[in-house]
Amino acid sequence: MEQRTPTLRNVAWLWFGITIAVLVVGFRQAIFLVPAEATMGDVHRIFYYHLPHAVLGLIFPYVNFVASLAFLFWRRRDPLKALTADALAVAAAEVTVLYVGICLATGMLWGKPAWGIWWAWDARLTSELLLWLLYVSYLLLRRYSPSGQAGTVGAVLSVFAAIDVPIVYMSIQWWRTQHPAPVFGPNGGGVDHRFYPAILWNMAGWLMWGVLIMLFRFALERRRQLAEQEAALQAIEASLEIPR
Amino acid sequence: MNYLSHVLNHLRKDLRLEWRSRDSINGMLFFALLVVVVFGLAFDPAGYPTTTRQISGGILWVALLFASMTALNQSWSRELRNQVLEAQRMAPSPASALFLGKALANMLFVLAVEAVLAPVFIVFFNLHVLGNIWLLALILPLGTWALVVNGTFFAALGLRARNRELLLPLLLLPISLPALLAMVQGTTGILTGDLDSIQIGTWIKQLIGYDIIFTTVCILLFETAFSAE
Repeated sequence: MEQRTPTLRNVAWLWFGITIAVLVVGFRQAIFLVPAEATMGDVHRIFYYHLPHAVLGLIFPYVNFVASLAFLFWRRRDPLKALTADALAVAAAEVTVLYVGICLATGMLWGKPAWGIWWAWDARLTSELLLWLLYVSYLLLRRYSPSGQAGTVGAVLSVFAAIDVPIVYMSIQWWRTQHPAPVFGPNGGGVDHRFYPAILWNMAGWLMWGVLIMLFRFALERRRQLAEQEAALQAIEASLEIPR
Repeated sequence: MNYLSHVLNHLRKDLRLEWRSRDSINGMLFFALLVVVVFGLAFDPAGYPTTTRQISGGILWVALLFASMTALNQSWSRELRNQVLEAQRMAPSPASALFLGKALANMLFVLAVEAVLAPVFIVFFNLHVLGNIWLLALILPLGTWALVVNGTFFAALGLRARNRELLLPLLLLPISLPALLAMVQGTTGILTGDLDSIQIGTWIKQLIGYDIIFTTVCILLFETAFSAE
């Protein structure tokens, strides 16, 4: 993965090109082709950016959680695999912060015209904000920790975060809720089928973009780890040389 | 020696250390008192009794939360001196016994602070409680345990980090938001008498659930966090 092979680089460029193309199609669908929504009009078009980021912002934390569990499992058994898992966990956490942040920002931009307020302390908004806060604190913890421990303490915090978010969601659900019910899934109200192209193209485009930046960050982190190992190895070898 | 006696030994050691120095309790008590005074000056509680009742649950818990954070860091940094922590790590007793002993000791310290603070609070804020005040005897310990168990864990997690005093609130506040919501809502409901016993019971049940879940997670993960290197 971390070796800079020409094939890998070509695949990355190809992936990047396709992603941009899909995003352009999604933009055209969302802004120009899909009809305006009945009550909200053109303001509704921000939904095509809000929804993909909201959905994907809930998927990347799972990548982080699974990678953290893998790290904790391999920590003693196979340290090299554990380092790979750790790099994936960092990458997923950073993409999570980005996507959830964009979801919050577009949500506020949409909330002002739709509800008349920028922010409401309701179940979905508060849990989304908390998700963002938790992953920012995850990144801060990693940054402040000594480099040898960052993986372990981060993985432990990731487990806590994974347990905390559902609890927050349930506890605030009982408290109060203003956000519309989920539109997809068994209890969803559904969306008019004319809106589907814009939703699906944007969903696909932002998914590809998220995967791209996550893997890019992963490769970067792997390279940093390898450089660190190399430096450590050189230091050990230098200390072993016997002075004449 | 079984697990319980290990826990009790750690608890006894922490209580003895605190009894000889009395650093944490004095610091917490004065800090919480200052927070109450500052909020009292900011909100003029004597003039608006209804508003005071509505906000004082939140103020009480915020004061306790910040006060307990000052003590939680100390409770571990005290172990750093003379490499006590390394000795603890090599000890044959399970690491989670050390954690439980310390969490219980911190719980006792914060409860002592609450016992002094609650009357002061009622006097300074002219509080006339409208609900069943005895339910507070249930909510206060449950909420305190929720703060202390996670706080003790995260203080240990960030122990070797740079600027660990800053790190603890950054980790503890987001994780304990659901517990904070439950205890503030429950306390406010009791103070104002707005919530019936079933609603207050829901908040208490949530607190119990939170306590059980996070105590379990802390005990299971402490070994990993403690021996991270």
